[in-house]
Amino acid sequence: MTTTTISNIRILSGAANCLIASLLLAGCGGKGGGTARKTTIQVKGSDTMVNVAQAWAEEYKKVSPGVAIEVSGGGSGVGIAALTKGTIDIATSSRNMKPEEIETAKKNTGKEPKEFIIGYDALGIYVHKDNPLTEITAEQIAQIYMEGGKVTKWSDIGVTIPGGAGDEIVRVSRQSSSGTYEFFREHILNKKDFKLGSRDMNGSKEVVDLVASTPTAIGYSGMGYNEPGKVKMLKVASKPGQPAVEPSVANTLDKSYPIARSLQVYSLGEPTGELKKYLEWSMSDAGQKILEACGYVPLPAAARTK
Amino acid sequence: MNSPRIPSATTGTESGSASRFTATPFVRKKERREAAAKWIFFSMAAAMVLPLLWLVSYIVVRAMPSLSLDFLLDPPLRGMTEGGIWPALVGTIYLIVVALAISTPIGVLAAIYLNEYARENWFHRVISMAVINLAGVPSIVHALFGLGAFVYAAQFGYSVISAALTLAIMTMPVVITSTREALASVPRSFREACWNVGATRWQTIKAVVLPNSVGGILTGIILEVSRTAGETAPIMFTGAVFYKAVERGDFFPYQLNDQCMALSMHLFALSTQVPGVKPSLPFATAVILLGVVLAVNATSITLRVWLRNRKKW
Amino acid sequence: MALPSLTGKSLRPARPLWAVCGEKMLELLIRFCGVSAIIFVLAIFFFVFKEAAPVLWSKNFNLTQFLCSPEWYPTSVSNVRYGVLALIVGTACVSGLAVFLAVPFSLGAAVFISEFCGPKLKEVLKIVIELLAAIPSVVWGFIGLTVTSKIVQQMTGAPVGVNILNGGIILALMCVPIIASISEDALKAVPDTYREAALALGATRWQIVYRVLLPAAKNGLLAAVLLGVGRAVGETMAVLMATGHAVNIPHGILDSVRTLTANIAAELGEAPAQSEHYRILFLTGILLFFITFVINVTADFVVRGIRQK
Repeated sequence: MTTTTISNIRILSGAANCLIASLLLAGCGGKGGGTARKTTIQVKGSDTMVNVAQAWAEEYKKVSPGVAIEVSGGGSGVGIAALTKGTIDIATSSRNMKPEEIETAKKNTGKEPKEFIIGYDALGIYVHKDNPLTEITAEQIAQIYMEGGKVTKWSDIGVTIPGGAGDEIVRVSRQSSSGTYEFFREHILNKKDFKLGSRDMNGSKEVVDLVASTPTAIGYSGMGYNEPGKVKMLKVASKPGQPAVEPSVANTLDKSYPIARSLQVYSLGEPTGELKKYLEWSMSDAGQKILEACGYVPLPAAARTK
Repeated sequence: MNSPRIPSATTGTESGSASRFTATPFVRKKERREAAAKWIFFSMAAAMVLPLLWLVSYIVVRAMPSLSLDFLLDPPLRGMTEGGIWPALVGTIYLIVVALAISTPIGVLAAIYLNEYARENWFHRVISMAVINLAGVPSIVHALFGLGAFVYAAQFGYSVISAALTLAIMTMPVVITSTREALASVPRSFREACWNVGATRWQTIKAVVLPNSVGGILTGIILEVSRTAGETAPIMFTGAVFYKAVERGDFFPYQLNDQCMALSMHLFALSTQVPGVKPSLPFATAVILLGVVLAVNATSITLRVWLRNRKKW
Repeated sequence: MALPSLTGKSLRPARPLWAVCGEKMLELLIRFCGVSAIIFVLAIFFFVFKEAAPVLWSKNFNLTQFLCSPEWYPTSVSNVRYGVLALIVGTACVSGLAVFLAVPFSLGAAVFISEFCGPKLKEVLKIVIELLAAIPSVVWGFIGLTVTSKIVQQMTGAPVGVNILNGGIILALMCVPIIASISEDALKAVPDTYREAALALGATRWQIVYRVLLPAAKNGLLAAVLLGVGRAVGETMAVLMATGHAVNIPHGILDSVRTLTANIAAELGEAPAQSEHYRILFLTGILLFFITFVINVTADFVVRGIRQK
């Protein structure tokens, strides 16, 4: 019995060695520049854009099979942070890079981040489908979300939630420093802080899901996350007395919808080679069609690459 | 107390003579209490088992529409709202293999040291305490450590290797603990016999202790596989990605310095970040993850039972 | 020690030099791996602390404010505040509720397994416990997000299904197997002579459990509960997905809260590396490390208490 078990150990450790060796080989062989080596483009950043980045990656595989694209979310902050460290190729962001981040990037990598606008997004204000409200002013939204804001109940803005679900407004927000959160703070709350106690969701989709299951909730999330029949997007008026505007492609492009933003990607220095091709493709008609299918607002024809 | 007592059922030896006594109200009350206690404890045990069965079957039923071989082999399609989980499955396998290759040797050797070399003193206690604490550190703290140590300090970047190292350290206590148990179950007399014929410590370990405990060590390693497969937090910041384009059925899509998808991370992403997912898709992902973990555990348990039945001392 | 022979040489057959040296090297390696656990724990502390440390001397940082203020505004434009009180309270509420729910069930289950059921059922239940313990936390989180939150919302009429109660239930289900299996070990460790003595005095099994076993195993049971608390405090993914993630001091169990662990998981990716916010998150990591460290060491001492008796 002893001998057999000893040989078992030998076989086991032999197998383990083989595995390690083959893994290392796989790792090094790739690095060594074999013909089968794929170019990898690492994309990281905004949760708002992770879906469009993913759809591009999926589609680009058909356009250029030699390029593998890795997409991770986490937020605009994480993408830019990784770019300033030089660990990724493209950072997607739904906010602009801050001057100190550009400085850090220059210091760490010696290259200046270059910005490309690749589309637009309108931030939808979502409520439950049974909520009778159809339009809201920017000021009301601010009063709901802002620290010290006066609106805490639906009756404060003249709404009665059907079905006796309650009157307290359940505020659904995003976790701090997601691009969406910062954009919302800047354009709706005028850089004031959020009221504490909002449900800060991890992903844009979670916001819509929570609003869909909570009759008294209000939330904000990219237009692309709309799920008609479960939630309702409100029309937004920038000032009381002005007409409320529906979030749509046309209204975003002519800037009449008040909470719309550009979506940008950053690369370190001027992109070259496969990276350049990929970015050009994403800004071409083919790429923009995918972006539109994901629920975002594509670039106007003049801004696209051919 | 003048009431006669009936012997408890567990002793059982005098059950034949029990009929001679008539149960007094006192005895009946005692019996009733006993039965009640049994039922209370039974229901508590059942309260632990039933939710598990219910939840698992609920998830499986919800997942049904998506479960198929194609689901396993396809990459996610159409903005991750359809298709399968192939890249995530392969990514998880990569992480397991690399993490295991790192933690198993260290863990087994550490257990050998603790069980065969170390004396019972304060130092031994400190090590045991360290093992317990290593197991008790929250997974998110391991993630912070992995980010600080491997991604930044060691400059591995966000990669399979960073994630696997983090997982390896996190799951090492599993190997250490189970290997120690396996080693400790080898009777001391075996070792003494070996020492008496002049073998050194290492020779004894190699020729007697390890062969007699290899099964136990193996169950520990298998358990580690299941831990590694399920963890999410430690890999979220060290090497798991939201999406990577991978061909259907491609076995070698990642390299050690690439980032990879992983099942656990994929489930998290599907349920919090992807809009318009087919409702059964996250459930099916959960079923596969659960299935992998439970199957691995079941293997470990079966192996253990088999070894126990075969054991001769 | 080999006995010297008449010729003065060792009786032991000489081994080749490489074998002797190889063995010495190997033993050195084993010793090194043996202390690796200590190295890893220290390394975890060191690296997490290293990332956190600079913020301790920053002028914006104030330890009292950090621990005692419920205002968590890590990215505020006008007034950055790092107060984790609400997160500590959130962690305490969710883990407290979880342990409160889990302890009776897991102790009951442990007693049933160790005292009341037959060997077959015992085997089956122990396997179920093991499988229950193996379910990954992200799957629990997913269940919390999609299944139990809906049930909680319907049953209680709470506005939001992801709240303390929901998180507590999920965490309780996660803690039960740990507490149950360690408690079962503790009960098993009580010598059978205790049971026999009680039986001989005419005690019923209920009385044996209540009057003999629980007092005899109380240290082990306490350790089991402590380890359950440790697990509940350290759990990340499940609470991230199931508690609703709102920074506030809760007023009831139907409020949403955010825990220390979930806070790190949600914001670490977002915080620009090496920024103050990032360092504060590592500092909360240190806080968590200490909490679980104290819990584990206490549990260890409690268990050791029985052995010394």
